[in-house]
Amino acid sequence: MRRAQALAAKREAAAERLSRADLPKGGAWVTAARENALERLHRMGLPTRRDEYWRFTRPDALITAQTAPVPLMVDEDAPQFGELDRLNLVFVDGVLDAAQSDALAMDNVEITTLEQAATQDIHWARDLFGVLETQGQAPVERPLAALNTATATQGLLIRVTGQAPRPISVTYLRGNEAGDGVVHHVIRLEKGAALTFLESGPAAARLSAVTEVDVADGASFNHIRTQGRDHGRRALTHLFARIGSDASFKSFSLTVNGALSRNEYVITLEGDDSHATVSGAVAGDGNDGPFHQDDTVFITHAGERCESRQVFKKVLRNGATGVFQGKILVSPGAQKTDGYQISQALLLDEDSQFLAKPELEIHADDVACSHGATVGAIDDEALFYLMSRGVPRRLAQDMLVLAFLSEALDEIDNDAIRDDIQTRLELWVERHSA
Amino acid sequence: MLEIKDLHVKLAEEDKEILKGLSLTVPSGEVHAIMGPNGSGKSTMSYVLSGKEGYEVTSGSATLDGVDLLAMEPEERAAAGLFLAFQYPVEIPGVGNMTFLRTAVNSQRKLRGEEELSAAEFLKLVRAKAKSLKIDADMLKRPVNVGFSGGEKKRNEILQMAMLEPKMCILDETDSGLDVDAMKLVAEGVNALRDGKRSFLVITHYQRLLDHIKPDVVHIMAAGRIIKTGGPELALEVEHNGYADLLAEVA
Repeated sequence: MRRAQALAAKREAAAERLSRADLPKGGAWVTAARENALERLHRMGLPTRRDEYWRFTRPDALITAQTAPVPLMVDEDAPQFGELDRLNLVFVDGVLDAAQSDALAMDNVEITTLEQAATQDIHWARDLFGVLETQGQAPVERPLAALNTATATQGLLIRVTGQAPRPISVTYLRGNEAGDGVVHHVIRLEKGAALTFLESGPAAARLSAVTEVDVADGASFNHIRTQGRDHGRRALTHLFARIGSDASFKSFSLTVNGALSRNEYVITLEGDDSHATVSGAVAGDGNDGPFHQDDTVFITHAGERCESRQVFKKVLRNGATGVFQGKILVSPGAQKTDGYQISQALLLDEDSQFLAKPELEIHADDVACSHGATVGAIDDEALFYLMSRGVPRRLAQDMLVLAFLSEALDEIDNDAIRDDIQTRLELWVERHSA
Repeated sequence: MLEIKDLHVKLAEEDKEILKGLSLTVPSGEVHAIMGPNGSGKSTMSYVLSGKEGYEVTSGSATLDGVDLLAMEPEERAAAGLFLAFQYPVEIPGVGNMTFLRTAVNSQRKLRGEEELSAAEFLKLVRAKAKSLKIDADMLKRPVNVGFSGGEKKRNEILQMAMLEPKMCILDETDSGLDVDAMKLVAEGVNALRDGKRSFLVITHYQRLLDHIKPDVVHIMAAGRIIKTGGPELALEVEHNGYADLLAEVA
């Protein structure tokens, strides 16, 4: 009875929220997808603090019809990935800015905008847009992803047919203090295709981003993201991925600052002999303003002999909060699965906290799965060792912070990209040195 | 010259005195050995001199060339020329050995107001010194002491010592956990640093290290202070008779 009442309240909240939303118009395929998303959202209702996967993170600020304004920050650091040979596409407050962007053209890649494709009655993306999101609603509901599918008008539809000659880079800038970005990307890697997809920048006062990635047999997808430094910004991201056989999927995120960042990953290894890695490095300082960062990962092994890794490292200080909810689900028949998960927090004081919920659910008998979650402080022995060699305390502590995060950065294969991220992290550490 | 006078030290957290009036002088250029039964305070002395937390100096003094060591931070003591080769070198995952060495060398130079070494200068120096200690490029690249064998860890300590060129080296049971060959290699590394000015304080349980690093003076430490001082023959006496007679003498 109580459950029925709670669901009724959630549905009411969804109806109320949608009554304040601008529902976009479009061609037949996109209209069908949006209507389905609306139907899902009405059925699920909006999340509340009582939902199992929202216990550690308040969804309220992500749900309101309008976002609270956030001061714009002048970022004087060199632009992320600016030194790389890339196809750069710029979004301002979640809207593609063609004038600042490279042309949407590259060998082995078809790129269109959601805005453009939505005017057509039929488009290849109809097989994916909202489809992977729908599949990702079970066994755990993600209503705010459905809200995104229903309301997003901005995003990229990328089809990769071979090796992409350069990474596609999306730079998210802010122009408006109260900008509300709703972005929905769809990426399809055809058989044997390969793409590196880079995302960087603060995006908006509040960002909702859904990315649906379909990695066909033998294809390889490499995702690197750095979330911008603007102190007050909020972001909710969902990455839905379906992975075929002999394929590779890697995603790394760096989060420094931001009042609220929740990154959800819903990855399904459908084929056999594939690999998926999801990793993240997080550095939060509550003295910059509230800091709450949440990684919620759900990896399903459906095929045989697949390997998955989850590696998350978070450095937290001055009242910063880190959350990790990570699950490995091994379906019946997914034999020879190798699942690995580690989440670790380094708390630099007693005001900060790390909330971790590692989960394994295994329905096959020939698998190897491990998980570990740890919380610790700076290692006094290591600190003294460094100082006894002449390294001042501050620098020694900074070295140990970077050393702690390096395990997550090691998940990045490309040296140039890794160095770029390392530099960004070093700048953060320097600025926040105690 | 290292000069320790009537040093009394207790644990910071509990009322337990470890050093009870330790006095010791190591003049420039000399090698002194300290031997003593377990729990006599040898390692505590090395930690207190290098500035580890957890100890409280209740009275006495320790100076290096007249400079008060106890008033300084650990990194300042290092820059002033004090070096402790750890009994158990610490593993630091995520910090490359080379990065660690370069940061240490340049931090000390900076603290002393000297020019920092360029990457090229540093590399040349470290390669030459590593070679004589049979430390290969791989060991320099790996994280500090991670996955190093006992012998590799101790050689790495000596490499740091060679790079930092301290005035006063304290070796805390550098021979522990080493086979004969590894011990010889370490001793050669130490002997190569003997230049008539640099001083050494070698803490050991066994006379055999002193066959390779020949001391000028041997001290016997018990219950937190030096109970006997003599020449190298004192180490041989301990090796043959143990500490019982010496302890009985002072009791």
